[in-house]
Amino acid sequence: MTLTDTVRRHETPEGIRLELRLAGPVVRACAWCIDMLIRAVLYALVSGVFAFFGGVGTSVMLIMFFLIEWFYPVVFELYNGASPGKKSMGLVVIQDNGTPVTFSSSLIRNLLRAADFLPFLYATGLLSMLINNNFQRLGDLAAGTLVVYREPDLERIKLANAESLRPPVDLSVDEQRELIRFAERCPQLSQERQIELATSLYPVTGKRGPAAVKEILGYAAWLTRGSR
Amino acid sequence: MKQEQFEQRYQPLWHRLDQQLDQLETFRLRRSSEELPADLPQLYRQLCNHYALSRARRYSPQLVGFLHRLVLRGHQQLYTRRGAWLWRLLTFIASDFPVSLRLNIGYVWVALALFLLPALLVGGYCMIDDTFIHSLMSDAEISNMEEMYRPDNARPGRTLERSADSDFVMFGFYIYNNIGIGFRTFAMGILAGVGTVFTLFYNGIVIGGVAGYLSGLGYTDTFWPFVCGHSALELTAIVISGAAGLMIGRGVISPGRYSRLDAIKLQAGKAVPLVMGAGLMLLGAAFIEAFWSASSLPNTVKYVAAIILWIMMVLYFMFAGRGADGAR
Repeated sequence: MTLTDTVRRHETPEGIRLELRLAGPVVRACAWCIDMLIRAVLYALVSGVFAFFGGVGTSVMLIMFFLIEWFYPVVFELYNGASPGKKSMGLVVIQDNGTPVTFSSSLIRNLLRAADFLPFLYATGLLSMLINNNFQRLGDLAAGTLVVYREPDLERIKLANAESLRPPVDLSVDEQRELIRFAERCPQLSQERQIELATSLYPVTGKRGPAAVKEILGYAAWLTRGSR
Repeated sequence: MKQEQFEQRYQPLWHRLDQQLDQLETFRLRRSSEELPADLPQLYRQLCNHYALSRARRYSPQLVGFLHRLVLRGHQQLYTRRGAWLWRLLTFIASDFPVSLRLNIGYVWVALALFLLPALLVGGYCMIDDTFIHSLMSDAEISNMEEMYRPDNARPGRTLERSADSDFVMFGFYIYNNIGIGFRTFAMGILAGVGTVFTLFYNGIVIGGVAGYLSGLGYTDTFWPFVCGHSALELTAIVISGAAGLMIGRGVISPGRYSRLDAIKLQAGKAVPLVMGAGLMLLGAAFIEAFWSASSLPNTVKYVAAIILWIMMVLYFMFAGRGADGAR
């Protein structure tokens, strides 16, 4: 494992390695700013509404302030794994074993914000994140949580329905994989780029231009579905 | 097996699992354990097998990525705890909290000493020497405090400005302020325990100083009846938050047989019940302070109620949850 990579692997009881992409300080700071804005709006709303209800209103207002200050992230983390700010940046809080964050961990990491914030604007937390391999602030360390990128929903691409062609040479597994990958990426590439890439295999295909693209797609089709 | 055959053969299984996961992901807070589909674990294991195969056979990154995402979602749903929130809260109050307090009683004694010794020393000294309080607090704070407990104050515990505020306002204020203090006392423990020690010490000095100074002035009939009612819950809760902070601090300073990181995680996990319990106690204390302590009941009634509260609390911590599941 190289230290500069932000992928962390966790091996599950089934012997599968989960890959978790850690989120760094900058994107987390952005998420925090968004949350801060949302909270500011909430504070304004609460004080605006309850100002009209006299003593009981002030009481409810103070209790709401308390809840927003301490439990805003906890509630959202338990509900869907991330506060709205994190969610909008595509982040999610999980346990370091890849499972969803638990109540106890969420409570720890959010109560410890009080320490991470010291002496101003999460300076302690930032320091901890920079020293730590997993971008964890003190609260994350104590709670055993990670902030990672949410896996995007992948569109599964159907390969273009090319005529199946047997490759003229034996290909290693990695080479096969590259060919299939090219076929999958083809729809996202411009015609010129497709041709440029496909022509680089001239020694194998013996073709240039659009014919080369068609040839490679044919190999990919043969590799994925056989000679039909 | 060619990739396409592989996909065609197992597509129905993946689709089914995908739908089950969709279902589980939508109702995260509301469902109970019965709703976990019976064949989810089996489907998930098969999926793991497919994922491993697709990697080993170098199938396309698209397919591998798709399967990885499905595995990740399955893992998250399979290895999570679910349901029974209210029940867990009740068992927490009935046994988990007092049991974990007894398990970590050593930290509570240390926190109590850190709070009580300075309080008694400074309090005693402030009673004898009424100038010493000026080294602890500003003049404005002192006059504020004198105003709150002056014998002619109709609403003891509140300054003239606040005397018009209803009990409800004070209830909100005590929640906002006091539970926040409890949480902060805990959080500062991560700074090698120093923050918690400082907070306990500081609160001990100030609270002791105020009590001693006011007693010295002879405001005893306004001050003590006001504070005695909620003192049982409030002071104990601050000490318990402190104990929780010390536990994390212990993980940082002296991890024992664990790596430092593991020790911190372990200690924080053990400290959580104490913090949560302290939070609930402070909630109760806020209620008593706002509605009972500030009421105009005779002082004897307040003293008797305070004694009963203290005794009940000590009994609760000594005996609640004992014997259940072999707990001590």
